[in-house]
Amino acid sequence: MTTTHTSPAIRVQGIEKSYGDLHVLRGVDLDVAPGSIFALLGSNGAGKTTLVKILSTLLRADAGAASIEGFDIATQPADVRGSISLTGQFAAVDEVLTGRENLVLVARLRHLKGAGRIADELLARFQLTDAAGRRVATYSGGMRRRLDIAMSLIGNPPAIFLDEPTTGLDPQSRAEVWSCVKELAEQGTTVLLTTQYLDEAEHLADRIAILHEGRIIANGTLDELKRLLPPATVEYVEKQPTLEEIFLAVIEGAAE
Amino acid sequence: MTTYFVEDTTVLLGRSMRHITRSLDTIITVTITPIALMLMFVYVFGGAIDTGSVPYVDYLLPGILLITIVMGTSYTAFRLFTDLQSGVFERFQSMPIARSSVLWAHVLTSVVSNLISVAIVVLVAMLMGFRSSASVLAWLAVAGILTLFTLAVTWIAVIAGLSAKTVDGVSAFSYPLVFLPFVSSAFVLTDTMPGPVRAFAEHQPVTSIVNTIRDLLAQQPVGSDIWVALAWCAGIMVVAYAAAMATYRRRIS
Repeated sequence: MTTTHTSPAIRVQGIEKSYGDLHVLRGVDLDVAPGSIFALLGSNGAGKTTLVKILSTLLRADAGAASIEGFDIATQPADVRGSISLTGQFAAVDEVLTGRENLVLVARLRHLKGAGRIADELLARFQLTDAAGRRVATYSGGMRRRLDIAMSLIGNPPAIFLDEPTTGLDPQSRAEVWSCVKELAEQGTTVLLTTQYLDEAEHLADRIAILHEGRIIANGTLDELKRLLPPATVEYVEKQPTLEEIFLAVIEGAAE
Repeated sequence: MTTYFVEDTTVLLGRSMRHITRSLDTIITVTITPIALMLMFVYVFGGAIDTGSVPYVDYLLPGILLITIVMGTSYTAFRLFTDLQSGVFERFQSMPIARSSVLWAHVLTSVVSNLISVAIVVLVAMLMGFRSSASVLAWLAVAGILTLFTLAVTWIAVIAGLSAKTVDGVSAFSYPLVFLPFVSSAFVLTDTMPGPVRAFAEHQPVTSIVNTIRDLLAQQPVGSDIWVALAWCAGIMVVAYAAAMATYRRRIS
């Protein structure tokens, strides 16, 4: 796959989508640079999932254009699917199969050689080796999500869509997913993630866009977005640990 | 991408066959109702039903096999619905695979699992005294017609699986189909039915299919019934396939 690093890995221009009278997307524009993490923020029903589905060729847009790695989603959908991986809102794993079988299945569907070896490598990388032979129905929520993301990495697609990857996860699993996403971007994968957690976007994203009522109403780096607000006034507040920090400290203490 | 169709379908067929072999209870659930019906009709009502010189178990088996298949296909609709609900379907659809192989794998799994169920019901019928001296060729013809019937009903099941909103709604399509054999020549001779009912019974698909299978197993000439049966199966299959594909395309637009 040859891409010039000047052109965006994901380009979205004027995408619109309606269901009857309900205008979910009213003209969305955004560019995602190769190898960067782009967070799409929005409340429930803002249209984040609809946009991700359009970009992964699961839905057709009513108007507008988009391209992934230079492939047009409308005219070259097969090439788009070859360049992306989608991790949907709910862990899309086969509960009847074991963790390893899920990975082998995806590797074989991507027509890769050595599906078993690929599966074993990913099991080790996502700390699932011990659970490899167990049916996914017995996995915890965090393990499912890890398996889900592992399945999306098979074949090293240049772009990955993560639709609310940490919704419903406990803080530990969330931290695991975060480090995995960062690692991906460091290796050059372009990541488009949607989230309703502001701290998630703050932690991970190179750029953040806010999708509201079907339009992007803000788009920039965290610093740029901060400048949209009136300058902060300095106040002295005693730093209290957040409950999350306490929770993680207690858990780590118990693990030792 | 069509170059991968066979490869992808094979991989996905292997996946859903694992679903069958790991939950054998679905096969038991599918076969238990037809077997119970068979026991009831043979040992309770059968004595009062006049089928001439033909033993009643031989007479009703073809209809029971059709009921078995209809009940089996409702699990296909259920498995497809589960794939849609869990996001597995979308995962496959967003991958560089031959997209239609996702549906075909479910359909082929339906054929294989229904042939297993049919074999179980035939074995039970043999325990109950069913005998046939039909040739291998006649048995193959029976298997062929049952496969065609399974394909036709499975494509209806695919429409149900793709369009259902709730898990309860998924198998609703099968209820009227399960009742069709009761208003046909499957359990009683159509001669005894009042005019309009008889007219319906003699011109609905089940009667021609049941008569053909019965004649093949009894080594009787099948006459024109086999062509009517094949036409029904092929016709239903083509219409249901087209409707299933239209339903599928609507889902991704």
